[in-house]
Amino acid sequence: MEHTFTDQNFQKEVLESEIPVFVDFWAPWCGPCRLMGPVIEQLADELDGSKIKIGKCNVDDNAAMAMKFGIMSIPTMLVFKGGQVAETMVGAVQKDALKAKLEKHF
Amino acid sequence: MDIRNVIIIGSGPAGWTAAIYAARADLKPLIFEGNEPGGQLMTTTDVENFPGFVNGVMGPELMGVMRDQAKRFQTEIISAHVTSVDFSQQPLKVTVGEKDYFAKSVIISTGATARRLGLESEKQLYGKGVSACATCDGFFFKGKKVIIVGGGDSAMEEAMFLTRFAEVTIVHRRDAFRASKIMQERVMANPKITIIWNSAVDEILGVDVGHVTGVRLKDTVTGETREMAIDGVFASIGHEPNVSLFKDVLDLDEKGYLKTVPGTSKTNIPGVFAAGDVQDSHYRQAITAAGSGCMAALDAEKYLAGL
Repeated sequence: MEHTFTDQNFQKEVLESEIPVFVDFWAPWCGPCRLMGPVIEQLADELDGSKIKIGKCNVDDNAAMAMKFGIMSIPTMLVFKGGQVAETMVGAVQKDALKAKLEKHF
Repeated sequence: MDIRNVIIIGSGPAGWTAAIYAARADLKPLIFEGNEPGGQLMTTTDVENFPGFVNGVMGPELMGVMRDQAKRFQTEIISAHVTSVDFSQQPLKVTVGEKDYFAKSVIISTGATARRLGLESEKQLYGKGVSACATCDGFFFKGKKVIIVGGGDSAMEEAMFLTRFAEVTIVHRRDAFRASKIMQERVMANPKITIIWNSAVDEILGVDVGHVTGVRLKDTVTGETREMAIDGVFASIGHEPNVSLFKDVLDLDEKGYLKTVPGTSKTNIPGVFAAGDVQDSHYRQAITAAGSGCMAALDAEKYLAGL
């Protein structure tokens, strides 16, 4: 299941997570972000939730986190491991390519 | 072997229009959406010149309804990027990764992609102040300073859009814009836009600190350089046709676009048709792309009927 990350729960859900966390920073007015939306929902269902947490963070509503991680383009997708950014992807990507990248973090 | 009537590669206005026409002709088209589904219109805002929308329409919304319309007539849609083609024999072969698809005809509507400045610093600072999408990223430059490079309609449009957030400077290599008069007038009348003529971006600064801090501009007449402190760089300097799949397969024109028989969508290979920006270096409008997508579907239909 897909998670929703916010300024409020980011610390606990992402930075203090025991397993890797994939965060898609997006906004509803961004065309490429809207394309990624369903892809991320599908991956959240397909990948093992006990190995990686997958979710989105709306930059419109959660400006503090977007600022904290220096987001200047969306979609920007970050993989967090142990509270640190382990991978950065900017721009829309194909589902298969994204899946392969995420599986490497298991 | 499953041989289809028609495969469409690319899902901009040309691809969807071809799909709608082919589907209504009962050809059961299969369309590959590609890496950038919806194409260039997905990164625009208001489209004010597409007939039928009195008050304009948002680019992504227009592409959404075209997709829905194609779907309504049972177009088969695959959200994948074609990795190679083999048009050397019939049936024509289209490959996605490990999987091959076969068809009697193919319509190519792979469009064009925005040209980059071509600087190493541009690559390194992509997503860190260098943006390929004003409508996506303008938001992050609230109260900041950005430059937009270019002199055409899309540069004007993006500059206008960016003034919602930022202080905007247009950098253009000549002393006049080639944008339409109405767009030029809007830009000139906008107090939030400054124009620097006869200048090109020589380098984007900030690689050492990990985000854009400025640019080095070069005067295209005198060759002099100077630095300017800014936070964001947007480039709108034209497009390149997405022809890499077809380079040694289909004939290209002198500008590198797919070559079609004038007045038709036919390429040099029978059964292979091209529509939209991939074969049009001149008009490059959503409506002309849609029109040529219709032509390609009709040409394909006629070709299939003659087999």
